Amino acid sequence: MMTGNIITDFSLLILFLPLVAFTINIFFGKRLPRQGDWVSVGAILITLILSLSLLINMFMNWDPNFSHEATMSWIDLGAFKIELGFWVDNITIVMLVVVALISSMTHIFSLEYMKGDIRYNRYYAYLGLFTFSMNGIVLANNLMSLYIFWELVGVSSYLLIGHWFEKHSAADASKKAFLTNRVGDIGFFIGIMLMFTAVGTFNFQELFTGVSQGMIGGTLLTLAGVGLFMGAVGKSSQFPLHIWLPDAMEGPTPVSALMHAATMVAAGVYLTVRLFPLFSPEALTIIAYVGGFTALFAASIAITQNDIKKVLAYSTVSQLGYMILAVGVGNYIAAFFHLLTHAMFKACLFYGSGSVIHAMHHSLHDLHDHDTDPQDMRNMGGFKSKMPITNWTMTIATLAIAGVPFFSGFLSKDAILAGTLAFAQHHPQHFILPVFGFGAAAITAFYMFRLIFMTFHGEPKMPKVFEGIHESPKVMTFPLVLLAGLSFFIFYTLPYFNPFSDHGWFTELIKATNSVAPGNPTAAEIYEGVHHAHYLAMGLSLVVAALGIGLSYLMYMKQKLSAETWANKMGFLYKLSLNKYYFDENYNRFLYQPFLKLSRAVAYVDWDLYDKYFINGFGRVTNILSRITGRMDYDGLDQTLVDGVGRSAQGLGKQLKKVQTGRLQNYMLFALIGVIVILIIQAI
Amino acid sequence: MDSLTNYLLVGAILFSLGLYGVVTRRNGVAVLMGVELILNAANVNFLAFARFGGMNMAGHVYALFVIVLAAAEAAVALAIIINIFNNFNTINVDEVSELRQ
Repeated sequence: MMTGNIITDFSLLILFLPLVAFTINIFFGKRLPRQGDWVSVGAILITLILSLSLLINMFMNWDPNFSHEATMSWIDLGAFKIELGFWVDNITIVMLVVVALISSMTHIFSLEYMKGDIRYNRYYAYLGLFTFSMNGIVLANNLMSLYIFWELVGVSSYLLIGHWFEKHSAADASKKAFLTNRVGDIGFFIGIMLMFTAVGTFNFQELFTGVSQGMIGGTLLTLAGVGLFMGAVGKSSQFPLHIWLPDAMEGPTPVSALMHAATMVAAGVYLTVRLFPLFSPEALTIIAYVGGFTALFAASIAITQNDIKKVLAYSTVSQLGYMILAVGVGNYIAAFFHLLTHAMFKACLFYGSGSVIHAMHHSLHDLHDHDTDPQDMRNMGGFKSKMPITNWTMTIATLAIAGVPFFSGFLSKDAILAGTLAFAQHHPQHFILPVFGFGAAAITAFYMFRLIFMTFHGEPKMPKVFEGIHESPKVMTFPLVLLAGLSFFIFYTLPYFNPFSDHGWFTELIKATNSVAPGNPTAAEIYEGVHHAHYLAMGLSLVVAALGIGLSYLMYMKQKLSAETWANKMGFLYKLSLNKYYFDENYNRFLYQPFLKLSRAVAYVDWDLYDKYFINGFGRVTNILSRITGRMDYDGLDQTLVDGVGRSAQGLGKQLKKVQTGRLQNYMLFALIGVIVILIIQAI
Repeated sequence: MDSLTNYLLVGAILFSLGLYGVVTRRNGVAVLMGVELILNAANVNFLAFARFGGMNMAGHVYALFVIVLAAAEAAVALAIIINIFNNFNTINVDEVSELRQ
């Protein structure tokens, strides 16, 4: 049992240890032995131990209503107060463990993956910065400090995507990620400010109280909710701001696993889970549609991608859409559950892809082949004999993401789908939402098995490269094995062993709270609906998963169905999917280019017209004026008056000098003249 | 004829001549002679005032003092002129001017 003070201390340590590692590595990393990676790894492992001890404490308490808050005042201006603080409840603790676990796995995995990198110490420093900021988001108890860490996470994402900034694509991707997130964050900030103006506080609990008292309501509450959700749209890469996440794969693969699969992109979901009670029914409907559409839409892109990391990236977008969908239909605990399970198996998949890319890279390097793309699945095939551990762990994670029983993904996906079904039963006009969900589930199963079959099964497409493929070293396979292990259902249902029910510690310890926004069903009503839809959802999800896997098996394993003929048959759709629905192109054509044109026009007005004539005109007038005053001052005043005094003194001196002949007789004569003059004057 | 004015007139003429000599002569000895004339003009005035102006014996005594002083002055001045001649090889006062660079 821990007291509140100990929990506060632990939270502080969990928050600041990675920051300490960051500071040490960024300043002294290069001079430390092994470029300081042990500092970061050590710090993150301590963080992991602290997080796990919080988790164990949570199990020992077994209190679903556990909540601990600690605040300090930051800015206090009477009516306007900003506080910094922690809100630790069971959701926070689980999230802390996820972040610490995936982060430490990334640290360990990178020991080998990033070996010999030119900016090795900086890489570890940035990982520390990211972990710090992510923990900050998780622990925040008010919108203001959450927003600060939210932006810090954006910065570390920017830095890590652009880790290999010599590559143009990486530099562009980092910029794209940062700027796309800005779009969402503007909405987020507007949402925060709307809430603050209406309720007068940033604190979550006080906001909940304020909203339940009706201090903000109606359209304004919906607007504020949509604003807050926009932050999640940006960070969790939801439609229409999904474009940055696939490009973010330019970063090192362990980073993709940590940030762009398991934790950072989940921050958006975490935000909506945290703020769920604030969302009005209208806002939730918008959230559900955005999430559902993203889930299906991103999955349909993932089918045709050939880059192993791009498939996983779109898969991530799709799965995040799932979570958002679950929040939208009110089953937000299922969203958080999926966040947890997804973090494990998706990180595992990313590490697996990293392991494959690592092997391909080394094999290609040995062949002196620098043109073949090591991430293209068309160059792979049959790796299962060479990389058994990677094959098995990735297969397990794929089974989990496809929603096969006995794996974690089955439970969480099932909960989400049941939620959408229940929602559609209550609101028949929203029947499309479960269609989105089940459709995405089928497609997910299909493309994930396509990835496995193309990479690990069949004939090697490039036999020479295949010769050089080796299983990755232990530091890389260890995270894989651990996370694949955590993809089994058992870790989420303990102390029960029923693989077909998500009933377990998670559902017992993490309870939904009632929404405080008027018009929403209570948590109990939602739970009731989900419970009724449970078996139908399970049956349907099993069917769609089997369909997806079966089709994939026939196409890519048995080659019974030719993928090419199907692609030709649906040429238009295939092209749309392959080109990601031309989103980048259309954004470019209809947003960036007109915007650039506008900027150019504004720049023309500003520079060529305003600056050139108005501002420069001022300059010119001033110039002329100063030249005139200059002349007046120099020629008029200085030359005549000031110099004149001097010159006249000089001239007078020159004249008077002549009097000083140096001859005593002359002086005497002058004296005589003087006497005579005085006498004459006296006489007169 | 026997009046103060005439004596003073003689004294004034003597003074003027002496002053003229001092101012115009280039020869150092001649300048010295001008000075002597001025001193003697003063003596004439002293004696005239002793006789007519009520200065009485004091005038005589002053005249005697002036004569003594003139003798001393002549001795010193001549010594200076000899030194000037030794240093400059001339006694032309225009050429020995060192007051003006």
